[in-house]
Amino acid sequence: MARHLITTTINGDEVEFACQPGQTLLEVLRTELGMNGTKNGCGSGDCGSCTVIVNDRPINACLVLGVELEGAQVETIEGMADGTELHPLQQKFLDHAALQCGICTPGILNMAKAFLAKNPDPTESEVRFGLAGNLCRCTGYDKIVRAVLDAAQEMRAPK
Amino acid sequence: MSNDNAKTNFQWVGKRTRRPDGVDKVTGRARYGDDMSMPGMLHCKVLRSPHAHAKILSIDTSKAAAIKGVKAVLTSAEIPDHPLSKPPYAPIINDMHDISRNVMARDKVFYDGHAVAAVAATSERIAKAALKLIEVKYEVLPHVLDPIEAVQPDAPILHEDQFTFLGDKTSEIPSNLFRSSVGERGDLDQGFGEADLILERDFSSEPVHQGYIEPLACVASTSEDGCVELWTTTQGHFVIRALCSSLLNIELAKIRVTASEIGGGFGGKNTVYGEPVAIRLSQITGRPVRMVMSRKEVFRSSGPTVGSRTHIKMGVKNDGTITAAEVETWYQAGAFKGAPTGRAVETYFSSYTIPNLKATVHDVCVNRPKVAAYRAPGAPMAAFAAEGIINELANRIGMDPIDIRLKNAVTEGDQSLGGSVYGSIGLIEVLNQTKNHPHYLAPLGPNQGRGLALGYWMHGGGLSSVSVHLLDDGSVTVATGNPDIGGSRSSMRVMAAEELGIDIELIKPIVADTGSMGYSHLTAGSRTTFATGWAVINSVREIIEKLCILAAKKWEIDVNDVSWEAGHAVSTKSGDSIKPLSLKELAAMATKMGGAIAGHSEINAGGTGAAFCLQLVDVEVDPETGHVTPLRHTVIQDVGRAISPDYVEGQMQGGAVQGIGWALNEEYVYDDQARLQNTGFLDYRMPVASDVPMIDTVIVEVPNPNHPYGVRGVGEPTLVSAPAAVANAVENAIGKPMSSLPLSPPKVLKAIEQIQVAAE
Ligand code: FES
Ligand code: FES
Repeated sequence: MARHLITTTINGDEVEFACQPGQTLLEVLRTELGMNGTKNGCGSGDCGSCTVIVNDRPINACLVLGVELEGAQVETIEGMADGTELHPLQQKFLDHAALQCGICTPGILNMAKAFLAKNPDPTESEVRFGLAGNLCRCTGYDKIVRAVLDAAQEMRAPK
Repeated sequence: MSNDNAKTNFQWVGKRTRRPDGVDKVTGRARYGDDMSMPGMLHCKVLRSPHAHAKILSIDTSKAAAIKGVKAVLTSAEIPDHPLSKPPYAPIINDMHDISRNVMARDKVFYDGHAVAAVAATSERIAKAALKLIEVKYEVLPHVLDPIEAVQPDAPILHEDQFTFLGDKTSEIPSNLFRSSVGERGDLDQGFGEADLILERDFSSEPVHQGYIEPLACVASTSEDGCVELWTTTQGHFVIRALCSSLLNIELAKIRVTASEIGGGFGGKNTVYGEPVAIRLSQITGRPVRMVMSRKEVFRSSGPTVGSRTHIKMGVKNDGTITAAEVETWYQAGAFKGAPTGRAVETYFSSYTIPNLKATVHDVCVNRPKVAAYRAPGAPMAAFAAEGIINELANRIGMDPIDIRLKNAVTEGDQSLGGSVYGSIGLIEVLNQTKNHPHYLAPLGPNQGRGLALGYWMHGGGLSSVSVHLLDDGSVTVATGNPDIGGSRSSMRVMAAEELGIDIELIKPIVADTGSMGYSHLTAGSRTTFATGWAVINSVREIIEKLCILAAKKWEIDVNDVSWEAGHAVSTKSGDSIKPLSLKELAAMATKMGGAIAGHSEINAGGTGAAFCLQLVDVEVDPETGHVTPLRHTVIQDVGRAISPDYVEGQMQGGAVQGIGWALNEEYVYDDQARLQNTGFLDYRMPVASDVPMIDTVIVEVPNPNHPYGVRGVGEPTLVSAPAAVANAVENAIGKPMSSLPLSPPKVLKAIEQIQVAAE
């Protein structure tokens, strides 16, 4: 099958990949580019574990085709830390024990990052609705919500 | 293993520390089941039955095999057959006859989604295309989904070779009823005779999937010398090795299983599904084979928990004393025998001293996927019935729900129906702490109800192996054979640091593969921190002994004059001024003075201790729609000793929210052909963040006297009481008994309408 050559930016680096018309961004990341940090929990847009940020919007990578990404800015979990410095959300997830098995974590971190960019000072309920597209079967969400609220506070504080 | 000296002064235990595998998991580095690939790897896809019950007349794989890129097509002919196991049966049966048929159907399919054939091809797309060309001829048979219908005389029989096991004999004719577990004590007639009020009620619950977010995934690679490397997401790679070895007739030592990071399991990853198929396909093709289930396959083909039908009768005196209880429960085992009936008998009424009791639980085959373990297997549905009827009894005699439980609560020396005699237990503490909790005293608004329920669970012990190595620079590796499903590396590290008296950052815990360790049973049954943690403590104590010998040698004194204090070997000889040697100094000396230092422990841990968990739940019911909103939720649990409180709370909160899902939403929906209709997360609706409130936790610590640190199992007890507590809250909100899970809006609305009709 003919493959399309796509040029895009992933985590700040220009990346070229060839993909088939039917391949999703999730497949491209995981199988073509070997970036396994983005997880596949359902492949149908229902669990949020494949959440990445494309042009500043959180999306389910399993619902977007690779060919749609020409010229796009893609952010994945692999690029969340600043070099060796963890992002405040990553720090707070560790401090609050906001993960158990961790399979939902990359998607939830990306969703929280995109959410806080829009709403830097959310209420508990806003965080819950902001994360409602991301399933976590382990934690019961309590510590995740606390970690996001705490990270928001830290990110708001003047440096 | 003497443990009468449960430790009480701790440096690390009970502290909130960052987990050792945390950074990998927040940066996407951690490698899960589907994150492995190997050069030349083939992709396996499985053809699944569209029928709930059918004879397989023929399978023609020739067209599929002819496609370019298809390297092998497999049917059950490639999987060795095994005879049915014979009595006496273990409480948990691993029958190779059944497992081989579950991983690949032989002459019959028993459920929608049952594996029938598999293809290995150079890409997943080619494998999927090839599945469409496999021609299977079926003779469709009548099906049965309900366990009570399945034991009627005219029910379709799943297994012509299954007869009901009746202790000393079997039934004359084949039956879907495999066996019944019974527990009894006292005299029921006398007990019910003493009661002032007797209630009888029917309860039901539906199968619920474990709902782990990471689908089942593995990669198998075999070589010409007969060796097998297997990478898989599992709760117990030693169990996977044992099952693959028995199933495929390969020596244990030739199979090396590495457990990937595991993206949730809750009991659902305790057994094999794709692994034996991937191994066989790799043997046939000589290439590594990857097999990953889609979400739809996970729902259709991997085991949920049992669904249940229960009839229960209970008698109570006006002062709240429960005089007698009798219960009969039918569990759906799914396609093959093995519902957790024994655990249900053990669990029924285990929080209470009821003198006259009988519990009968039936293990019934129906045309659904074979059930798997799910977090306290068999217990939440038993607690739903028992705690539901107690709630109604308390309401009827006008007694406070905590007081009725206090009145009948078991204490040290009492016995469960399963025969366990309780040691020191924390049930009374749990009840008293609930009574004084602000949540219990808070007022309720209109359309709101408060419910509570009690759960009991006796966690597992069993086989665990650990190796601890002290390295030259004083750092330490702790290798266990238990996959870390929710932070167990953290507790292992804490316990090792506690014993050694050194900083936790010097300790690196790892999960070792089956080639590197002695047998370690599953990360399941709330056993890991208890049993594997115990083996860690033993291993470290062995190291400390060796270090004391080393110090004695260096100091040329008797080893009895050396003790281990705060990370140092110290001379205890009176008047001696020898400077203590630190762990680091001793580690540097070790290789020069005899060899590297390691401690090992291979144990079969006994001494489990009962755990009790109470949940307090407020809900609001929308009278227009029947929708239930959980408003406030508190979990009060005796954990023995919280080694890592963050992860103890995490277990309590996660179990509570799973229970909310069980209680309000989750169920399997079948069409009239018994084909599963809700095979994705959109229709199989698990709780999302906006469905639930914060989950408050109260950690009660009544140390388990049988464990060096006092640990009890934590992961499972929370789920036991959660569905019952939510159901009782709904019942108290609307004023009508609610006996059928899930309490979805249509059911609740119907109940509200019935009340309104009755009032008019
Ligand atoms: S994998 Fe994309 S939403 Fe589940
Ligand atoms: S931590 Fe396991 S699914 Fe969220």
